[in-house]
Amino acid sequence: MPMTYTVQFINLLAAILLLIVFAMLSQRRILSLINLFAWQGLVLSVSTFVVAYSTVQHHLYYSAALTLLLKVLVLPWLLHRLIRKLNVRWDVETLINIPTTMLVGIALVIFSFNLATPISELSESITRGLIGIALASVLLSLLMMLTRRKAISQVVGFLSMENGLFFAATSATHGMPLVVELGIALDVLVATFIFGIFFFQIRETFDSLDITHMEKLKDD
Amino acid sequence: MENTNPTLGILFQLYQSLLVVLLAPLLTGWVNQCRAWLQNRSGPGLLQPFRTLRKLFHKDAVIAHNASPLFRVTPYILFGCMWLAAAIIPIIAVDLPFSPAADVIALVGVFALARMFIALAAMDIGTAFGSLGARREMLVSFLAEPALLMVLFSASLISHSTQLPRIVEVLAHQQFVLYPSLAFAALAFVIVLLAENARIPVDNPSTHLELTMIHEAMILEYSARHLALIEWAGSLKLFAYISLGIALFFPHGIAEVGNWGAVPAAILALLGKLLLAGAGLALLETLLAKMRIFRAPEFLGTAFLLAVLGLLIHFLLGA
Repeated sequence: MPMTYTVQFINLLAAILLLIVFAMLSQRRILSLINLFAWQGLVLSVSTFVVAYSTVQHHLYYSAALTLLLKVLVLPWLLHRLIRKLNVRWDVETLINIPTTMLVGIALVIFSFNLATPISELSESITRGLIGIALASVLLSLLMMLTRRKAISQVVGFLSMENGLFFAATSATHGMPLVVELGIALDVLVATFIFGIFFFQIRETFDSLDITHMEKLKDD
Repeated sequence: MENTNPTLGILFQLYQSLLVVLLAPLLTGWVNQCRAWLQNRSGPGLLQPFRTLRKLFHKDAVIAHNASPLFRVTPYILFGCMWLAAAIIPIIAVDLPFSPAADVIALVGVFALARMFIALAAMDIGTAFGSLGARREMLVSFLAEPALLMVLFSASLISHSTQLPRIVEVLAHQQFVLYPSLAFAALAFVIVLLAENARIPVDNPSTHLELTMIHEAMILEYSARHLALIEWAGSLKLFAYISLGIALFFPHGIAEVGNWGAVPAAILALLGKLLLAGAGLALLETLLAKMRIFRAPEFLGTAFLLAVLGLLIHFLLGA
């Protein structure tokens, strides 16, 4: 099965994307987590650009540019600003058992690869093999949201899940219509703003960003 | 295997065996020298490992009263295993006479044999440090070995063979293809290399602090020629691992089947790659900090994870 260099390159980028999600899953420092998120955005943007170039789909150039602007520059900048203002820049999260999380992660990857194989066969796009990887990064980001206790890392997990979905859309169907993409991009941006306000509210009420405190809201 | 010249083949095999055994201490010296430069020290020079070896060979060996024969033969077995491993990995030409023996699983077995003997010898004397070192060594290696096997399987799946010369042949002399699975495997391999060769994030070979040492704790009872052989075997092991890495991930430049004229160029390419690899290793060791022994399983778990991801990606993407 001879593959052109563009397809090989996209495959490599997809593999790097998966690697970054795993790195996020095991990262304890909030600052590094945000940097990893920026890298993920960059890889996503480059892969969208390569898909656009190889399939001559002009609207994908716009989404690549949008991704670059929003997910590599604006969102990480917003998050950096947030953690600086919240003074949690050097916070280290005490995670439960990273090896176990990793094993669950591998199981998720196997599950999503299996799940994606029949879907991939329906698609005619050159990048159909990547649906499995996209699905795996969505599920892994979800896992990250489940295992984290700090509000900021959960938000990064949410954003990374959106990245996975975006990658799935690009690889399976050559991207959604531009209107939809613009809408999602705006949603994510607004969501981050709202999350920022939430962070301040949470900290004001509980003196901490650890969301386990929220379980104590019940009357007693 | 057309126009294969058996005499020339055997000659080159002997040449490679001699080359590795002499180059290995030089490589260790180079890594130490690079590390010294990176840490703003002047460094002992490239030949320092040879000076240490000469010094050790001239001393009289002191052996504990209750040492069994196992303790005496272990340095020779260790040296033999590592020399064999380093000599059969295809690094200058793919069809040397011994290269059919270079099966990746057999190689892992050779490393395991050496490890088993050194761990047994460490426990043989019955000192606390010896058994402590042996236990830690076994902990690290039982986590590193599956990761190493997974790395090797990723490479074997691409070339449909566990024969190292065949893998090198496929990777070096066919049309260039980007293999995402090999990128993962390479990352995992670096972690395994650091752990197996008692390098910095897992073990620090230049310390004798009882809380941290692993490899040094095992060889504490050895002296003189036995210690020299063990040190030399350590250099050979590092050399074998680095050449395995070169064979799996950067085999370009190695001499093709039957093309003996390309061997001198291949040797030059090998030297260049070794210099780069040694400098890279020194850089890694300078950047990383020694981790607590109980963090080592996590570190090696990452290697296993990366290798398994590489395998899975190979199955998904077929590359």
